[in-house]
Amino acid sequence: MNYSRYQLISLTVLRVLVGWHFLYEGISKLINPYWSSAAYLLDSKWLLSGLATTIVSNPTLLGISDYVNMWGLTLVGASLLLGLFSRYGALIGMVFVMLYYLFAPPLLGLEYGRPGEGSYLIVNKNLIEACALWVLYSFPTSHIIGLDRFCVKPESN
Amino acid sequence: MSNQTNQQKNTNLERRELIKSLATVPVFGLFLVNLWRKIRRDALKKSNLLSDLVQQKSAPAVIKKMSDSRHLNIGVIGYGGRGHHLVRGAGFAPPGWTQRASENAQKNKLDKAFETYMTQEDLNCSLVGVCDLFDVRAEEGIAASKNETRPGGEPKSTAVRYRHYTELLANDNIDAVIVATPDHWHSRITIDAAKAGKHVYCEKGLTRTFDEAVKVYDTVKKTGIKLQLGHQNRQVEANEKAKEIYKQGLLGPVNLVEIATNRNSPWGAWVWDIHPEGNEETIDWETFQEPCSNKIPWGDGNEALRRFFRWRCWFDYGTGLSGDLLSHDFDAINQIMEIGIPKYAYSTGGIYYYTKERNPEYARDVPDVWNATFEYPDQNLTLLYSATLSSNNPRGNRIMGHDATMQMGGQSGGGSVHGFVVTADSESTLYKDRLKSGIINSNYPIYTYSPGSKQIDGVTSATSRYFANRGLLYTYREGKRVDPTHLHVKDWLDSIRGGPKAQPKCNIDVAFHEAVTCAMATESYKTGRRIEWDPKNRKLI
Repeated sequence: MNYSRYQLISLTVLRVLVGWHFLYEGISKLINPYWSSAAYLLDSKWLLSGLATTIVSNPTLLGISDYVNMWGLTLVGASLLLGLFSRYGALIGMVFVMLYYLFAPPLLGLEYGRPGEGSYLIVNKNLIEACALWVLYSFPTSHIIGLDRFCVKPESN
Repeated sequence: MSNQTNQQKNTNLERRELIKSLATVPVFGLFLVNLWRKIRRDALKKSNLLSDLVQQKSAPAVIKKMSDSRHLNIGVIGYGGRGHHLVRGAGFAPPGWTQRASENAQKNKLDKAFETYMTQEDLNCSLVGVCDLFDVRAEEGIAASKNETRPGGEPKSTAVRYRHYTELLANDNIDAVIVATPDHWHSRITIDAAKAGKHVYCEKGLTRTFDEAVKVYDTVKKTGIKLQLGHQNRQVEANEKAKEIYKQGLLGPVNLVEIATNRNSPWGAWVWDIHPEGNEETIDWETFQEPCSNKIPWGDGNEALRRFFRWRCWFDYGTGLSGDLLSHDFDAINQIMEIGIPKYAYSTGGIYYYTKERNPEYARDVPDVWNATFEYPDQNLTLLYSATLSSNNPRGNRIMGHDATMQMGGQSGGGSVHGFVVTADSESTLYKDRLKSGIINSNYPIYTYSPGSKQIDGVTSATSRYFANRGLLYTYREGKRVDPTHLHVKDWLDSIRGGPKAQPKCNIDVAFHEAVTCAMATESYKTGRRIEWDPKNRKLI
């Protein structure tokens, strides 16, 4: 895929910023011994609330959910930031944020216990970040700027 | 020359390759530097806050396992709602309950009552005697003693029904009795049990009057039996942690403590169901009211049934808010601060919501809004109790120090607090420098204790939440959810096995504090006077 210089820079900046966000979200959970996905899942509404209850009520599933979240976010973050396997990172990251969205979507008529940090109607930051990751998946940059460049044949640019 | 140029070109290309490949690595480095700075900053902040002052960081250890040392036979006198829970704490639940709890767990995965029961420790005891004046409940107690769905499996022996408590006490095989009758029977049964050499777990409040409290105290001391008063908050991890914080002076001088009760439902106001099978044939009404001076004839049964099943609504049998709810919160504060009996007590209130005019079923003579103040001039302390049964707004309990306030239960900072939160005072002397330098901010808690934060409770009803917020339904041991009532029964049985010096956590000394304090407040409400405690002559003035 050929990008103009500005397209390449803006896509890379987007990738690095989203990566940074994921990486810190993951690491902050890893270093907090009290963190658990339970509080978020317990407040789940709509389609996935049943699944959330199943996870929360089973200590093993909850443990897996916590583990997957902590390490998943960290690895996706590092992947995007460093440009290593970034297409996969973007895809997995998109699944993560879409799940966060679907577990608690800001739809009409759904009330949540925890106060939100902004005002949302259907669209929230999770949905936007998922969309950003979709863009990053569709317009990869890590083979041009990033460690993935080591894995691909050098091109003219 | 052309070779040289080519080489130069290749080197340039490689360098460009490398730069492009590693272009974002410096950003990663920047991330790591900032992460390191953030972690260091947080660690420094933490050590500058309270963690350097809190000496014992771990939770209280699990109580030593003693239950396997000697088998004990227990009897229960009064197998109503509370008696049922206590006997379940000992490891015996009726089949109806285990069936329902197991079904509830299947319907609602967050409902852990059944799991908590089945994983509780087998206390190596048998339920061998049940005494209740209502046939249905007595039979239920017998069924509980036979139920094989229990921690520890098949029971070693089963229970016999006794019509009168004196017959149960006459059984020499019974080592200990749980007394969960209405309050007007507590002192008589406890005294007779102690004289018969039985150890007693008595439900709160210890007694209905001051005179009864003195008699119970003297008899228990004389006979040397182990008495445990039913304040299971003594087993709650958060209270032990709160005590540690208070003892270390982290709150500074404390001059005011506020404790509160908020409920807002007929059930919370003791308008309990009248059992459909309750009638003159199935209830021994005459024995029920034997200790009362105000005898109510059975008549058409309406009044008698209300009084039998909703006894907390009348001073003839209990003391309303005083013995039921003030007693718990007072004991929690006494556990944390060891304040003992106040010098003065004054209380006021009235029946403002649950009036007969609103609904004849609300009949009562105990107040539904009640406020009491207790003065401790020697400790420069006022304890304030405020209760309403017609507002559910949870105020929680607060220990208000010059340097910091500890908020327990209720609402704080937008979320429900199970455990407690300590917030520095903006005018604190102790934290003056830290407040000034910005290390401590009086708008945010400096210490939060939220036990079992990785555990999930399916606590649903408002009344359950009320107790859960105070830690009365569940507490945590090493992250595992346990019923404090079970721990409290275990603590009592362990003290019986532990030799003459072992004492249960809510022993006769602290039970006496509770009984006298509550009696002072009740007496003040009834007489409209301020009541003074004369410790030398053990009298109320």
